[in-house]
Amino acid sequence: MAASTEPWINFDVGLLIDRFWANTVNGLAYGSIYALVALGYTLVYGVLQLINFAHSEIFILGVFGVYLTFLALGFEPGAIPDLPLGFIIVDLVLAGLVGMAVSGFAAVLLERTAYRPLRRRNAPRLAFLITAIGASFVLQQVIRIWRGSNPEGTIRLLPPSPVFTIFGAPVTNLQIIIFLASLAMFFVADTFVNRSRLGRGIRAVAQDPNTATLMGVNRERVITITFLVGGVLAGVAGLFYLMTIPQGAVYNGGFLLGIKAFTAAVLGGIGNLRGALLGGLILGVAENYGQSLFGGDWRDIVAFVLLVVVLMFRPTGILGESLARSRA
Amino acid sequence: MTMRERMAQVSTFWNARSRFQQWGLLIPVVVFLLWLPVLNPPIITTEPATDFPIALFNAAVLALIAIGLNVVIGQAGLLDLGYVGFFAIGAYTTALLSSPDSLLGVRYPWLVIVPIAMLVTMISGVILGTPTLRLRGDYLAIVTLGFGEIVRLLADNIDPLRGNRGFQNIARPEASYPDGSPVFTQTDVLGFYWLAVCLIVIVLMLMGNLERSRVGRAWIAVREDEDAAELTGVPTYRFKIWAFAIGAAVGGLSGSLFAAQVGYVNNQRFDVATSILYLAAVVLGGAGNKVGVIVGAFLVSYIPDRFQFEPQYRFLVFGVALMVLMAFRPQGLLGMRQHLLAYGREAYQKLFGVRTGVAPSGMTPSTRAEGDLPETTPDDHAGTSPRGGGE
Repeated sequence: MAASTEPWINFDVGLLIDRFWANTVNGLAYGSIYALVALGYTLVYGVLQLINFAHSEIFILGVFGVYLTFLALGFEPGAIPDLPLGFIIVDLVLAGLVGMAVSGFAAVLLERTAYRPLRRRNAPRLAFLITAIGASFVLQQVIRIWRGSNPEGTIRLLPPSPVFTIFGAPVTNLQIIIFLASLAMFFVADTFVNRSRLGRGIRAVAQDPNTATLMGVNRERVITITFLVGGVLAGVAGLFYLMTIPQGAVYNGGFLLGIKAFTAAVLGGIGNLRGALLGGLILGVAENYGQSLFGGDWRDIVAFVLLVVVLMFRPTGILGESLARSRA
Repeated sequence: MTMRERMAQVSTFWNARSRFQQWGLLIPVVVFLLWLPVLNPPIITTEPATDFPIALFNAAVLALIAIGLNVVIGQAGLLDLGYVGFFAIGAYTTALLSSPDSLLGVRYPWLVIVPIAMLVTMISGVILGTPTLRLRGDYLAIVTLGFGEIVRLLADNIDPLRGNRGFQNIARPEASYPDGSPVFTQTDVLGFYWLAVCLIVIVLMLMGNLERSRVGRAWIAVREDEDAAELTGVPTYRFKIWAFAIGAAVGGLSGSLFAAQVGYVNNQRFDVATSILYLAAVVLGGAGNKVGVIVGAFLVSYIPDRFQFEPQYRFLVFGVALMVLMAFRPQGLLGMRQHLLAYGREAYQKLFGVRTGVAPSGMTPSTRAEGDLPETTPDDHAGTSPRGGGE
């Protein structure tokens, strides 16, 4: 073995136990971002049985929407603004709305331009997936050509400050906001799908598109709305992402998060909204535990290994798949 | 005449030749390809921007990769988005067994390393395939993507694999011209290009045999309808693993060839974007068609070199190409899929003694021309035991 000062992989159970609660808190906060993105994957998968590979780029477009709004509102990278709290909250909400609009619009546009023509032609499933990959690439490269390949600066509107501690682990205001807001968004989405008339349409199409069409459900509209809801949730996730990550937005930042969010969706049971939430939180926490146990470089591998293991032993996820069968 | 009919004609013509005649037609083509970098014809050449032999070598390596990936995607119909992982494993095995930077401290000749590298990648293909090949198609795509990333992250993180610093002085094949100067050197790519073309020809011959064998028919059956294949007694899982293993071995071979030419391997070249580029090559040319994927690989590698694309536009262009292709020509530019009639044609001839007018292979009911005879279903599973077991 090379005489390096640090081993390239750890197995530090002590550190895992030491940081258990801190990791749990961090993981829940970060995991709720995964959960929001995972909801987009799950909704589209439930309705179309399509892995919307380009959803990660929908998400990163939202991130850029939020970032550019920050810039437009006069914030500069680096400096922490000293503004009254009310002001900051209004700005955050505004940026979040822009992010939601950008992501939602991009998702619908993607559906119209990339997937709808394929549906018209009754293309095989592989064709959908390859189109999704192509679309993901195109969006990523468009962002890169537009904004360059260096990460943007970091704008911290709300510096994290500890509010209280759980078993010695500090919980910051940011973490509380992200966790609670994500839960709220989830409940809105869940209620929408399970209680509203449009949501019933979504579940009907997920269950049986042809019968749903015969029963008077407008399938194309349902699909558009599904993409819209997924995109809007990704936009919210974009806001939270930009509020927490240490580095700025970058063109390919969505890829890894997208894969992890998809892992989260599969973990909980793809097509199942509650599964996406559960999977996101579990993945966020597991990743943090893995980071303590094996060392920081191994954080990303945890997600991929978890994905493989879950698919091996429980391909339908923890809560089982299908939007259609999780009816109210 | 539509392009499809013309291609059908070419295909009929080709299939009607004897083996000898086929070789007679092929050898001049291969000789021409070998000669191409020496000729360096004015319009085709990529110079002065890119050295022409290097451009051709890169295209040839991509073609080899595409042939390997075609086994997985085109033949068996499994979408593998982590193929670059196998390429990386091949390159790293070559580096570990020959570079002075390697901790193993051995320096095997390249020819010894190649079979080892292929074996290692083959095993890694089986390791990846065993848990994942029971999954449905789109899950498989994501898991293979994850595998590609795991390989890359391992190369980043495991110290003995040297991350960004990489391995220098990787072994290259040893051979010399009659005057004693070495064929394979750092500066002269010509020898490597010839080697690559020869490897492509050899791999193509082996693949052709495989396709016409029971294994090839099983792959096509899996691709066309996995449930039906399983019901008719094809052990689909086992054949899917074979497809993965054989595809991986070709990926390892190309990685090994690439490492030998560059003489240097580090962790910079094995990202997902590269995997997608491979996919573009296969899909562009026409998955399932060996000639098609070679053409696709050539286009994906050569066109950016020839027309000097800004590197940043390369991925954009291929992303758009994938989307447009799926919308308008999902079978690829040369998409003549080989169907289960590979041997059926001969069986038909034996049974009915008809030598002309038989549907060329690669025709589905929807692609058949007007004058073709009705589709017959000869006993294509002759020789397959009813229980489907056994090799």
